[in-house]
Amino acid sequence: MIQFIDVVKSYEQGNNALNGVTMQIEDGEFCFLVGPSGSGKSTIIKLITGELKPTSGAVHVNGYSLERIRRREIPYLRRTVGVVFQDFRLIDKMTVYENVAFAMRVVGAKEKEIKERVPYVLELVGLEGKMSRHPNEMSGGEQQRLAIARALVNNPSTIIADEPTGNLDPERSFEIMALLQEINNLGTTVLVVTHAQNLVELFGKRVIAIDEGLVVRDGTEEENVDEAE
Amino acid sequence: MKLNNLGYLLKEGFRGIFLHGFMSFAAVCVTVACLVIVGSFSILAYNLDIMVEELNKTSEILVYIDTDLSDAEAKSIGTKINLLDNVLQSTFISREQALEDFIADHDGDSAFSGVQAQDLRHRYVVVLEDNTKMQQTDEQLKQLPGVAKTDAAYELAEGFTTIQNVLHMVSIAIIAVLLVVSLLIISNTVKLAMYDRKDEIAIMKMVGATNGFIRLPFVVEGFTLGMIGAVLAFGLEWVAYDSMIRKITEVDSLQLFTFVPFQEVLIPMVAVFGAAGMFVGIVGSWTSIRKFMDV
Repeated sequence: MIQFIDVVKSYEQGNNALNGVTMQIEDGEFCFLVGPSGSGKSTIIKLITGELKPTSGAVHVNGYSLERIRRREIPYLRRTVGVVFQDFRLIDKMTVYENVAFAMRVVGAKEKEIKERVPYVLELVGLEGKMSRHPNEMSGGEQQRLAIARALVNNPSTIIADEPTGNLDPERSFEIMALLQEINNLGTTVLVVTHAQNLVELFGKRVIAIDEGLVVRDGTEEENVDEAE
Repeated sequence: MKLNNLGYLLKEGFRGIFLHGFMSFAAVCVTVACLVIVGSFSILAYNLDIMVEELNKTSEILVYIDTDLSDAEAKSIGTKINLLDNVLQSTFISREQALEDFIADHDGDSAFSGVQAQDLRHRYVVVLEDNTKMQQTDEQLKQLPGVAKTDAAYELAEGFTTIQNVLHMVSIAIIAVLLVVSLLIISNTVKLAMYDRKDEIAIMKMVGATNGFIRLPFVVEGFTLGMIGAVLAFGLEWVAYDSMIRKITEVDSLQLFTFVPFQEVLIPMVAVFGAAGMFVGIVGSWTSIRKFMDV
């Protein structure tokens, strides 16, 4: 579960990125986080992954309290949250298999587990036939699938996708969103940060809208429209 | 840390050397260059120190014996001289021997033809263990019964001691500066290697690798590169030093310079190069990776 209670985040320059955000995302939920540039979306992601600490208020992520988390606990928090980025962040000199296996190795998984789990996850994202390729030999959609596989491989309870379709054409974007939906159906909480209004409307999921560091809307597109009327 | 993880981390550390071949090559080259410079200066300073020490040993005190003493009494004073703390050795020179030396020194000079052995004194040439205590020993020699006077070149001895002290200070300062500069250069080279892999480190952090897990392969890599650099620098230093001694010996027909053989400094050089290589490798990688850990 992800829970923000009246969270304020101020940066050293004096500007407030968040001005009292309160929201809760339950285990197994699929949720969009939308808002204009500079609204505070990236700060929310950084708070969830432990890159930042709140200035005030409370942030709870999968059993960890971010306002008082110890430095050495942060890696363990991150193992519960898989992150997917717009720019994929893959290692080009490694093959598809190695990119995913690498994520397991660095958390201390045994080789036997890696050999079993990596092909399973690559099959889940539809890359089972491309294990020996390198990321720069693949399309944008395939690279994003690989990034999702890497985020999934350590079996996190939450996946955060930060503009996962930002570099993809509409067709590939839909495929990636469908894949995330499929992952959510398997029980993983999914939070998608996006500007793609068409996808938000198409999938009809819960939408949390942020503006100037505050939650301005929270509900499905349908509910939000009803509320506006 | 689990044993299978440790094996993986060590393997990763060694793999990193080959995976980032050019940066590894650069780090080793810089380490070799810095260690050879530091090593050459250290060995040069050591040789200079020994040369000055040898020159200083030539400072001696001449002890003149009272003319009233018989030959046997004059010779017996040698035992008392040798009993003094700071005396390394004393050599008796009879007045006859002194005359021979005097005539030899003024060969063919008719002005000294009338000089007789009886005009001179029996004497001792006294070599000291520590020339910084020359004045004190000179006073003790003057107190001995039968000693008429002494002749000690304090200023020369003090001059040598000053040269040696200055040489020590300058050597230590230069070696310290060279070591610091080397550490900075090597650390920066390793930092460049780390910068090359900052994305990899960011991904490791993102998927939940602990700092120790991220750091260890880099430290293994830094240690290995440092040690490779140290071994190469040591070999190069040995070959260069031996060939330099050979060349100088060939042209130095007067034997003005004496150099210690490399074998004499082998163990300290192995220790210094090994420690320096290990230190710069580990500290260089440890400090440079810290910068990329705050993700």
